[in-house]
Amino acid sequence: MIDLRGITKRYQMGEETVIALAGIDLFIGKNEYVALIGPSGSGKSTLMNLIGCLDSATEGQYILNDRDTSSLTEDELAAVRNKEIGFVFQSFHLLPRQSALQNVMQPLMYRRMPDAERRRLAKESLANVGLSDRLGHLPNQLSGGQRQRVAVARALVGHPSILLADEPTGNLDSRTSSEIMALFDALHSNGQTVVVVTHEPDIAAHCQRTIRVFDGCVTEDFKKLSRVT
Amino acid sequence: MNIFKEAFRAALTSLNAHRMRSLLTTLGILIGTAAVIAVVSLLQGLSDSIASQFSDLGGNTLSLKAVNDQDNFRRRRLNTLSISDVDILQYQVTGIERVAPSLMVNNSIVSYKGRSISPQVFGTNTEYQLVQNRYPSVGRFITESDDKGSRRVAVIGEKVRDELKLPNNPVDEYLLVGNEWFKIVGMMEKQGEILGFSQDNYVIIPFSVGRSMMGVFERPYMEVSFTVGNLLEINAVRERALRAIRNSRHLQPGKEDDFKIEAADSFVKQFNKITGIATAVLAGIVSISLLVGGIGIMNIMLVSVTERTREIGILKALGATRRDILLQFLLEAALLSLFGGLIGIVIGLLAGLGIASLIPEFPPAHVPFWVIALAAGFSALVGVIFGIAPASKAASLDPIEALRYE
Ligand SMILES: Nc1ncnc2c1ncn2[C@@H]1O[C@H](COP(=O)(O)OP(=O)(O)OP(=O)(O)O)[C@@H](O)[C@H]1O
Ligand SMILES: [Mg+2]
Repeated sequence: MIDLRGITKRYQMGEETVIALAGIDLFIGKNEYVALIGPSGSGKSTLMNLIGCLDSATEGQYILNDRDTSSLTEDELAAVRNKEIGFVFQSFHLLPRQSALQNVMQPLMYRRMPDAERRRLAKESLANVGLSDRLGHLPNQLSGGQRQRVAVARALVGHPSILLADEPTGNLDSRTSSEIMALFDALHSNGQTVVVVTHEPDIAAHCQRTIRVFDGCVTEDFKKLSRVT
Repeated sequence: MNIFKEAFRAALTSLNAHRMRSLLTTLGILIGTAAVIAVVSLLQGLSDSIASQFSDLGGNTLSLKAVNDQDNFRRRRLNTLSISDVDILQYQVTGIERVAPSLMVNNSIVSYKGRSISPQVFGTNTEYQLVQNRYPSVGRFITESDDKGSRRVAVIGEKVRDELKLPNNPVDEYLLVGNEWFKIVGMMEKQGEILGFSQDNYVIIPFSVGRSMMGVFERPYMEVSFTVGNLLEINAVRERALRAIRNSRHLQPGKEDDFKIEAADSFVKQFNKITGIATAVLAGIVSISLLVGGIGIMNIMLVSVTERTREIGILKALGATRRDILLQFLLEAALLSLFGGLIGIVIGLLAGLGIASLIPEFPPAHVPFWVIALAAGFSALVGVIFGIAPASKAASLDPIEALRYE
């Protein structure tokens, strides 16, 4: 699945070089449920963006589903983002002028799928997150929790092999947070690979495996044998 | 063309979100197309009406005129045609069918029962009606025996009858032309007006009478119209006539012609030349206004790309390729420009119709469909061209930087 080998990411800020990731080796297998934790500025988001093929490493090799991503063209990377990755962001990142349904239909457009088929799959995906009654609503007509559920529906509509969520509950209260996490739990038990970045220990507690990042390095990586309920 | 439809819809949504801004942006294009359509519709209406007024002029008619350059005017030594030029056409050039000289009688006052006007008075022969394809509607034309006998008879245009308040059938009334009495024998078919000038304000008298009315020292202004028997030979006949007249006017080889022989429909050609120039000037103005409009569109699209940086980042995160983004923004620019063009076309059409109806006697405005299609196509094209820079800026945004954009 996800295979990171010696990944570094450096930002050149004028004279100064910021090392966001300092040589990360990491393997995440199919149907794992992983929490990435660590203090602010430790490089969690940078790592997530790399895994999601939104960003590329300065050094190192990233093999996703047996393909070396560094050899892929820009269009091939777009196709990987479209087919392999479902991304959920802290600030939802919904398209502001499009309804919930249209937002969820959007990724399928890049697969050149017929309209009716896209609509059907998008409705199905929204039903899975319990939003069948909000199809025509614009993002600003939805609550934070509902927006994040639309985002999850959009991330999952194309049946990606990996669901990445960067602090998905960061903008939500604890009740809606646990709704979202319940959704992730259910996805995981249906075989979905899930990686979540979080600050909160009780979010991390949902996951089977916890990876701690500090100053761009993995400092801790442990698996629970079974989930505590 | 699913992707196209989606891009179209996205473009519409975003234009709709900024209606006022879109309208203002597209004003340059709007005004440009409105101006073209208005002017083209007026010119086209005008040239349609002129072409139809001249269409019954025979294509096999040529006319011979003297040519004067500025030097001649300054020295007051004007070239004129002479009777011998008429004779040469009549008797020496083969292929000519009929010859009708028109001799202008200068400064002639025409009076009837105390009213006086000064129409064009010219002398010609009986061939005139066949050569010019104009016939009397009442009475008869000048005959050969009128000419031979130098009879004081006249054929008038309708305008002359109206102005002099002659009876409806003016035949057998007497007119005073200069200081001689003429009997009216006929009245010509009405020609109507061209650009507000009546084409019926004339008195025709026999050629021989016209000659006798000219003073001995006056140099008469004369034109000769003639028809060619076989239309296919028209150029050959024209060449022969040119050579014969050069000979008779004793022009040395190498010296320029001091006369010209041209097709009778040259007024139409002249007019087409003028409309051609007008169109070229217009095209210049329009291209400037489209350029300005295009820059406006480019500007607003660049603003829009910046405003929507995050949105573009989202689309890229969802798997949009460069081409997808490029297409969406190009289409948006094209639509923006096209809307301006379409509104401009409507305004231009209305303006053309309005102006044409405000000017008395002006022919109705008319726009050929291809001009409308061209205007619409062109405005969309301007959008595409000026949309390229903003669209490629959008397409080449880095996904993660775009997402992080505040
Ligand atoms: N575009 C950039 N240019 C320069 N430095 C960057 C850039 N993006 C990230 N960094 C730096 O990389 C480091 C890691 O950032 P990252 O966003 O991955 O942290 P994080 O672990 O997600 O923090 P948080 O928990 O606050 O979201 C930070 O020190 C940050 O300043
Ligand atoms: Mg972060």
